Amino acid sequence: MGLIKAKNIWKNYGDNIILEKVNFSMESGEFCTLVGPSGCGKSTFLRMLLGIEQPSRGELFFEDKEYPKEPSDDRGIVFQRYSTLSHLNVIDNVIIGLEFKKSPFFGKLFGKAKKEAVESADEILKAVGLYHSRTKYPHELSGGMKQRLSIAQSLVKEPKLLLLDEPFGALDPGISKDMHELLLDIHSKLNFGVVMVTHDISEAFKLGTRVLVFDKIKVDENFPNRYGSTIINDIDSSKEKGKMK
Amino acid sequence: MKRLINEIPSKTTNIFLGLLPFLLIVIVYIGSSNARLAENPNDKLLPSIEKCIESMSKLAFEEDKRTGSYILYDDTVSSLKRLALGVGISAVIALVVGISIGVIPMITSTLSPLIWFFSLIPTMAILPILFIVFGLGEISKVVLIILGITPIMIRDIYQRVREIPSEQIIKVQTLGANTWQIITRVVTPQIFPRLIDSIRLTLGSAWIFLISAEAIAATEGLGYRIFLVRRYLAMDVILPYVIWITLLAFLIDFVLRQFNQKLFPWFGKE
Repeated sequence: MGLIKAKNIWKNYGDNIILEKVNFSMESGEFCTLVGPSGCGKSTFLRMLLGIEQPSRGELFFEDKEYPKEPSDDRGIVFQRYSTLSHLNVIDNVIIGLEFKKSPFFGKLFGKAKKEAVESADEILKAVGLYHSRTKYPHELSGGMKQRLSIAQSLVKEPKLLLLDEPFGALDPGISKDMHELLLDIHSKLNFGVVMVTHDISEAFKLGTRVLVFDKIKVDENFPNRYGSTIINDIDSSKEKGKMK
Repeated sequence: MKRLINEIPSKTTNIFLGLLPFLLIVIVYIGSSNARLAENPNDKLLPSIEKCIESMSKLAFEEDKRTGSYILYDDTVSSLKRLALGVGISAVIALVVGISIGVIPMITSTLSPLIWFFSLIPTMAILPILFIVFGLGEISKVVLIILGITPIMIRDIYQRVREIPSEQIIKVQTLGANTWQIITRVVTPQIFPRLIDSIRLTLGSAWIFLISAEAIAATEGLGYRIFLVRRYLAMDVILPYVIWITLLAFLIDFVLRQFNQKLFPWFGKE
């Protein structure tokens, strides 16, 4: 069973064609990184996978079923910024995902259920290295720690697919190296799919098992949006990773 | 010599500069008052500070011979009651409506033209309607405040809801939140401190509506008193009353600001 299948996807806004003839499929456990020049539609493709944009033409499937037309807890997301809840401290930011599920009306757990939620959230906080900051608010965290928190928020939901939209684009080089290790570690332990948009080619090869390059095949000088981008290269980078180790 | 824009006053200079204009006003007032009183000891326009204090202490600390109550206290309590009721009800309405139209597109389409229309009505123009419909009692005064400030507050809250980053709203959907949970656990708690700020901002208008309503029809209240003694040119009461109202406004604002800082340490930070 494929996790994602895209058949001849097009996306246009009026006359502006962003994506054309995109064919793609991925399985659980794969780590796909999307690279390409800015404005090449890789973020648009990620937004489709998230469910907040729909293809103009073509078919998209999630686990061989029609693709959901809004975000759901099957698919986690980490944005570059603003994905943590500023009014909740670290531990509450993580358990809120469990509270949404178990308490439809109040969205809040109490007593024994709360204790269990805190315990499982603590496990994840330990894994991402935020356990000692569990009572801090997001504004007291550094950029890297905020991204760790955002990852922890999604992990608690055990998503089938984790989407990352330039998650380390705003971090210092040293910090993003730590984040790469964290991400590779998590991915090797949990068998879920990852799709990550990045503008850093070395990051794409270091992290991904597959690197997908988005770009235009044909270019019209007078009207740049006459043609859309597509996946021009699909590189298997899992072997290279073996070599690097 | 540094540029003027880089010349930053020290702490003491800062306080001194801040107090200076007040000091000047007091000096100018006392000077003009003395000059007028020297010419005509019964002058009412610029009463001496002693006279103001004397008249005020009569209103504040002596029982009224007719009713046996303290006038300043009664005026203050009844005005603040109206203000609190009006602003409180407005805040609740603004919170509910503002968040609904900010979060649910169907409600935005339904209500925002109506709210926009209402916010353009000059509130004072419908005061006569209120007096006809609700009578001259307490209700019409409270309703005037509500009609006056609620549309502004709703639009403010709506704007604040829109300012919540869309990334956050998308993120919580991927954490499994339904619409109700997004409203109760994500939007409302983040809007609370902004609602307090909105109250602080609209309190000025609320005072205007309160005093106007009291000036026209009331039997007690701060606005009522000022307009009552105006007939006798009693500046010795009017001026202290204005200062007292200003002080109350300042105190309310101060308390609300402290409240925000204490209760929402995360507010205004990213």
